[in-house]
Formats: sequence, C-alpha cells, structure tokens
Amino acid sequence: MESLWPQIEPLLAQVTKPARYIGGELGAQQVEHRPEVVSWLLVYPDTYEVGLPNQGLQILYEILNERPDAAAERSYAPWVDMEAAMRTAGVPLFSVEGHHPAAEFDVIAFNLSAELVYTNVLNLIDLAGVPVRAAERTVDDPVVMAGGHCAFNPEPLADFIDCFVLGDGEEVVGEINEVLAAFRCAPTPPEGGRTALLEALSRVAGVYVPACYDVAYDDDGRLSGITPRSSGTPERVEKRTIADLGAWPYPRQQLVPLIEVVHDRLNVELFRGCTRGCRFCQAGMITRPVRERPADQVRTMVAAGLERTGYDEVALTSLSSADYSGIEETVTGIIDDPSCSGQVSVSLPSLRVDAFTVGTAAQIQRVRRTGLTFAPEGGTWRMRQVINKLIREEDLYAAVDAAFSQGWKRVKLYFLIGLPTETDEDTLGIVALAKQCVAIGKRYHNSVTVTASVGGFVPKVQTPFQWFGQNTIEELTRKVHLLRDAARPVRGLTIRWHDPKATAAEGIVSRGDRRMGAVIEQVWRNGGTFQEWSEHFDLDLWTDALSAHGMTLEDAVYRHRAEDEILPWDHLSAGLHRDFLWQDWKDALAEHGLPDCRWTPCYDCGACTGYGVEHVVASAVPPAGGSQGTGQDLSTGGQVPVRFLSTAPSGAAPAPVPGGSAVALATEGRS
Amino acid sequence: MRIRFRFSKLGKIRFTSQRDVARMWERALRRAALPMAYTEGFNPRPQLSFGLALPTGAESLAEYVDVALDPIRAAEQGIVPASLPAVLDGLLPEGLHIEEAVPVERSKDSLQQMVTSCSWTMRLVGVERAELGSMVAALLAAESVPITRERKGREELDDLRPSVLALAVADATHDESADPSGRTVGLVAELSTRPRGVRPLELLRGLIAVSGDSADRTKGGLADRGRPGSIPVLDRACRTEQWIERDGLRQEPLLGRVIPAGADRAAHALERAS
Repeated sequence: MESLWPQIEPLLAQVTKPARYIGGELGAQQVEHRPEVVSWLLVYPDTYEVGLPNQGLQILYEILNERPDAAAERSYAPWVDMEAAMRTAGVPLFSVEGHHPAAEFDVIAFNLSAELVYTNVLNLIDLAGVPVRAAERTVDDPVVMAGGHCAFNPEPLADFIDCFVLGDGEEVVGEINEVLAAFRCAPTPPEGGRTALLEALSRVAGVYVPACYDVAYDDDGRLSGITPRSSGTPERVEKRTIADLGAWPYPRQQLVPLIEVVHDRLNVELFRGCTRGCRFCQAGMITRPVRERPADQVRTMVAAGLERTGYDEVALTSLSSADYSGIEETVTGIIDDPSCSGQVSVSLPSLRVDAFTVGTAAQIQRVRRTGLTFAPEGGTWRMRQVINKLIREEDLYAAVDAAFSQGWKRVKLYFLIGLPTETDEDTLGIVALAKQCVAIGKRYHNSVTVTASVGGFVPKVQTPFQWFGQNTIEELTRKVHLLRDAARPVRGLTIRWHDPKATAAEGIVSRGDRRMGAVIEQVWRNGGTFQEWSEHFDLDLWTDALSAHGMTLEDAVYRHRAEDEILPWDHLSAGLHRDFLWQDWKDALAEHGLPDCRWTPCYDCGACTGYGVEHVVASAVPPAGGSQGTGQDLSTGGQVPVRFLSTAPSGAAPAPVPGGSAVALATEGRS
Repeated sequence: MRIRFRFSKLGKIRFTSQRDVARMWERALRRAALPMAYTEGFNPRPQLSFGLALPTGAESLAEYVDVALDPIRAAEQGIVPASLPAVLDGLLPEGLHIEEAVPVERSKDSLQQMVTSCSWTMRLVGVERAELGSMVAALLAAESVPITRERKGREELDDLRPSVLALAVADATHDESADPSGRTVGLVAELSTRPRGVRPLELLRGLIAVSGDSADRTKGGLADRGRPGSIPVLDRACRTEQWIERDGLRQEPLLGRVIPAGADRAAHALERAS
C-alpha cells in the first residue's frame, strides 16, 4: 500500500486540530502489509478524540497485530472541515499510522458504541471509496464489518454492513481472520467469490451476515420473520463470551495520543459484565456474566502501564467498579506504591451510591479532588424499583453526606426521565432528592453545588424494557420544564438535560428493523453526519426521512411492542431468554425488584447456563455496603454458582465461604 | 534545581499545539522517574516553563523548557543535567529531539517574558524570487504596515512594521525548493516579541498588504495553499532561534552563543537553518 501522506500534508494547514490525522501515538504499530497477511482497518466512527480511547478497539488492534497472519491499522471520522478538504482534493479515508487508503484493506471494521453515529458509518464507507450498500460490493472490495454494543440490533445497518460480530471480540476476531486469510490471501481462494466468503463468515459462531437471511413482513407491514437462506447458516446467532478475563490482559500497550483526548489516562478493566440487573441498562444485560480480572493482574497492569505511558491518572473501569472483590486493597495499593510518589490519582467511573464507596473515593482521590458523581437514575423509591436500581434515599443521603463532609463541594447526580410507569410525582422526586442533597451540603460548606443531569430514556434491545414505547418529545419536554420550574427556587441546584429531540432520533435507530436503513441513508445523503454533536444534530433530517419512507415516530419510537410481536433482533441472542426478559418486564410494571444474582441463587436469565460459563470472582462475599438497600439476604453468597479465582487479593476474605462468615462480613459492611 | 532544555520540533509533530508539547514533556519526565518539583495546592502540577509559544503547524530548531526538580531528591539521585538529553530523548515522541541541557538559576522573569525576538525561515509557494524581493523591499521601506489581527475574538488593527527587525529573501542555495516552476522561495526574518509576538502568517499578510493585494485572503491556517491565485502562501515555517537582547548583546537562552546586537540578523537566522 502506498502512503497518502504527500496529499494529506497540505490539507492539514487548513483544518482545525490537524494532529488528529498524523498518528504518532505511543503504542501505534507501523505494520507492513503483505499479500499473505489479512489487513484490517479498525474504525471508530466519531472524532479522533472520542474514538482513540475506546478500549475495545485497542484490544482488537493488539490481538490482531500479534498474529503473524494479520495486520491492523486505525482510522477515525475526519471532522467536517477535513472531510471537505479531503473530498475536494480527492483524498479517501486513510489509516492514521501509515496513511494507507481504506479501500485497499481486506477489512474495514467499525466499532458501534452509539446509535447516532450510524450516519457517520455510511459516510466513512463512502469516503473510503467503497460502495455504501453491501449488495453493490464486488469481490475486490473490503469486507465491511461492525461490532460493539449496538451490534445487538444490527438491522438498521443491515444494508450497509457485510457482517456483524456479537459479544466479546477477543477470540472470534482470530477465527474471522482465518476465514478471511483463506479467501483473500491464499494462492487459490475457494470458489464462489464474495457470496462464498460471506457464507463462510456466517458459519463462525457469533458472526451475523444479514445477506444470508430472508426478511418477511405480513400484510400489515409488520415483521413476520427473519430466517436463514441456507442450512449452514444458524437460525439464531449467539453472542461470544470469553470465559476468563484474566486470560486476556489487554491492552498491554495502551495508546498514548499526542493530543488531548477524552478519558486521557491509563485505563485498566477490573471486570466485564454486571449483575446488578438495572432494567434500563443494555450494557449490564448484554455483557453478563461477571468476570473479574485477578487482583495481581490488575496491579501489574497498573504499575506497568503507568511506567510505560507516563500518565498520572488511572481509571479502574467496569460497569460498577466498587463491586470488584477487594476494591479497597487494589486502590490503596496503587496510591501507596512508592514508585508513584503520591502523584497518581485513581478514578472509579460508575461509583456505587453508598457512604462506604465515598470513603474509598476520598482515600483514592486525595491527589486531585474535583466532583463526585452518583447515579440514582430514578426520583422515587417506587421508580427505582421499577428500573431495579435499588438505592434507598438513606443510601444516597449517606453517600452525599460523606462526600461533602470529606471535602467535596460539587456533587453530580444522574437521572433518567421517560421511564416506564413514570408519574409526575416520580419526575419531581428528582428535584426533591437533589434539594435534600443541597441541604446536606450546606451543613458543611456555604457554597455547594448539586447538578442533576437528566437524560431521556431510550429503550434498548435485549433488555426488559425493549417492549416499552418511548416517551414523546412533547412529554419529555414537559417533564424537563416541570423539573426546571421546580428547581428554580433552589439555590445551589442546577438542572441539566439532554435534548429530547436527540432522544427521539436515538429511538428511531435503536429498535428499528431493516427498513430503517433507507432512513439512515437519506439522513446521511442530506448531510446529516456527526449527529451525536449538538451543533450538527438536526431532527428534521430524521423526521423528513421517516415520512419519505412511509414511517412515523409514533410507530417506530413511541409504540409499545406486544408480547407476541416478532422483534427485529429476535434471531440474535445475548444469552438472555426471551421469557426471562418478558418476566422481568412484568416484574418491573409490578414494581418488583430483582436481587443481584452474584450474591443470591441463580434465576436462570440464560447468560451463564446457555453458554456453560459462570461468574468469575475472587470472592462471593458482597462488598461492604453492597446491598444497596435491597434488603436482600446476603448470606447466600457461598451458594451462588461462581468460579473462584485462584488468587484472592491479599486482605480479602478467603474465597469459598461457608454461610456464617459471609453474614458476619456483610453485617459489618452495612453497619 | 532548575534545568533548561533546548529541543527541536520537526516533521509531522509540528501539527501538535504548544499545550500538547507540554503534556508530552510531562509524560516523558514521569517516565524517566525524575524527581520533579510540583506546584502546591489541590491540583499539583509539575513545574515546567516553556519559552515563547510556537504556532501550531510551525517547526522549530529552538524550543526551550525549564524543568524544576526537587533539589534534595535530585541531589540524592545524583542527577547530572548533561546526561538528561540521552535519557529523555528516547521517551519523547518522534519529532521532538533534545539538543542540550544546562542548569540555570531561578529568575524572577519566565523564559517567555525574557525572549525579545525570534529568527525564522519560511518557505513560500506561488511567488517568484524577484516578486518576493520587491515585496520585502516595500515592507522594509514602509513606515508602518497596518494589519488586522484577531485578539480575544475581536479584530484589531496593528502596526507590523516595528516588529520586523530583519527580513530578506533567502539565497537560492538555501531555497529548499525543488519546485521546477521556480515559484517556491525561501524567506528569512527576525521578528520582535515586543509589544506582541508576530507570527509568520502575519508577516506574510503584511507583505501582501504593502504590495497592494488584499491581506484577508491569507487568513486561516499556516499554509492555505488550497486557495488559487497569485497570492503567495506560507508552506513551511521554522523558528531557528529565540533571542534575549540585553545591553547591546543578543543571547541564545541556553547561554551558549552571544552575538553583538548589531550583527547581520538575517545571516544569523540562516546560519542555524543551513
């Protein structure tokens, strides 16, 4: 492949943040493309600053480049000024390392982390010089692939993407590479061209090839079935799950960019999966079960990572980091490491709401203490039972009290509005909670600020709320106004909200079927890129495109789905049984909470039993303060079917626990 | 203990900003496990002080940073300044290269405040030598060269002329040009930092203004050669020196070279570039 740098260089003087396009990160790999090696272009369909830190993309980048039969480079969405300059100069999408043209790669693989980037995906395929519609590609075009959380409803992008990958990518990426090597690199590739290649890919577990399936609609225009065309293609595509995170200590060489990016720090993944069971949370549902990284591996990755990168901040990431077995020992171990000379700060995204967690946070954020964020999500206990975010008011107030008393002056609270069964009392409960938090803060400081950040709820696939009809723009706007008016007299309280129009647009693509592809294509053709960015977002583009294709917001977004309705993602599975999800939906409407299955017996959601995997944890003892007001019996931890890590973190309770000692520890934690 | 480094910034990395470079230094210093001195307070930062900011897109042979080390721990570790370039060079990204390091006294003025002028070499595209020569002569002959500059989001009228201490078309031998059309020409300049620093692009706008064309068309990036027409565009700019002028002598900030203020400034600007 030839470098496009001589053509790119003169464009860079005309654009904002030209260093987005020069590569040069620590950890970037200068690969050599040879005919016998499968070449991958891994693309994050948003700006460099947003995309570079993505850990999933970095993990696959390393795993692929460690293979002798693969070579991977990266690309990101050029900002609008650069795209215009590139199109004028005839420069196609390129990799940031070698500035190689995208169309010359064997694979262009997208990370799909959010729905509103879909128009960027189309734009980038087009900028690569590859036909946007999969059906128009020839044997010489790259295979266009996508993975990430949004791949669990791939239908809106089915016309544009050759194949989707469901679940953890660590193992399957190698299996895909072998298929590609046979077709694209072997001296005598198998017969059948692109069709045969796609069929071969459809036989890899976890890979969904939309072209290998027929879609049928009934007389009313409702989806009536998605069925495989040939016998080799599975009727249902199951996600991939790696059984043991400890076997995948990636990224080993986290990229350190030359320019500032979001999450500009070392990131070490503590565990994957979450069993809290929050019903609105797609990430929690589709990444089960919990698989912890061994504590000594976390320590090694942190120490080696800090030394290699020169970062002074490390984030210990997961969906609920305080639930990690031995979290305290792990974080104090980092803080007290003499090689860090007291200058390293640790951040724990997704803090649990309780005083215990704040104590840990105070301990670890003693270097730089900015603001603390909690996510009660619902304004009333009733609402929180519906969404299964079982935080009592006392938990929140104790957490906020602990935060203010330990020196924090800014607290941020995350809430959702437009949740199932929500009443105005629930909505206004947000202000009541936040107001009480301000009052608690005033006991310690004169000037405290509490910010309530309010997002509109978008139902996501493979969750119990996948049947729920989203609130209308008007309803969300009304609720925002209710909140704003109620909060106005409260000094120290700020309400921030997400644009209800953007919530509606996200709803259009989140649960759409294959016919939504035409809508996405029209929005893109009419200039609608970077729809995640408020300065570029335009709802009219979306509603115009919907009506041009005979669709409405009412039907696509606001409508409740029926139990017997065939959903566009029913032929794909994150392991969760459909009847489990339906029952959980009924439980939600009945305001029944569901306990965390990590510390209570299995209720067979399907994620473990279906794949023969189990939770992998160092200790089945709930973390101190971990009941979160559920009142659940925590003494049953020892009976939960989990696989224990062989090395328990030092100081933590010994792993397999007889009921008695678990009770003792749990009681201690709650006192 | 305060150590002054002189380093260059060449190649692709020229598209990073001054702030980006500061962060690259912080990371490299931490990777080298040097005992940096930190600021006090809730948000301690390593004490780094850079010279005059380099515009994004410009290269440089003469960048400086002062790094404060904790004196006690530095003594314990037996830190020898002269050994630091070899250690740090491998830890900085490609394109940043340390030339020298010397201990300096703590002074009340920052490097940024002490620098009085900078030498530059520039490469212009879309202009012939003779044409550029007459533009240079016109600018030097002018009593004032008003240009509009953006300052805090507002356009202000500024006189460029007093800031241009030296300006000359480069000898053909210094012309990096391999442009067969002969429309790529080198320019050398020394630009004062007082009362305000002048950027190469502003100098170009001044040249265009005195030759009677509209300077507005060169607004924007360092090299806006995407625009057609006869207006020369700035293709590359490289800062070759930063000077501290005091008592009739010009000093290079690492104290290595001292040059009488009356010496041929343009010639000295070129000396480093060649």
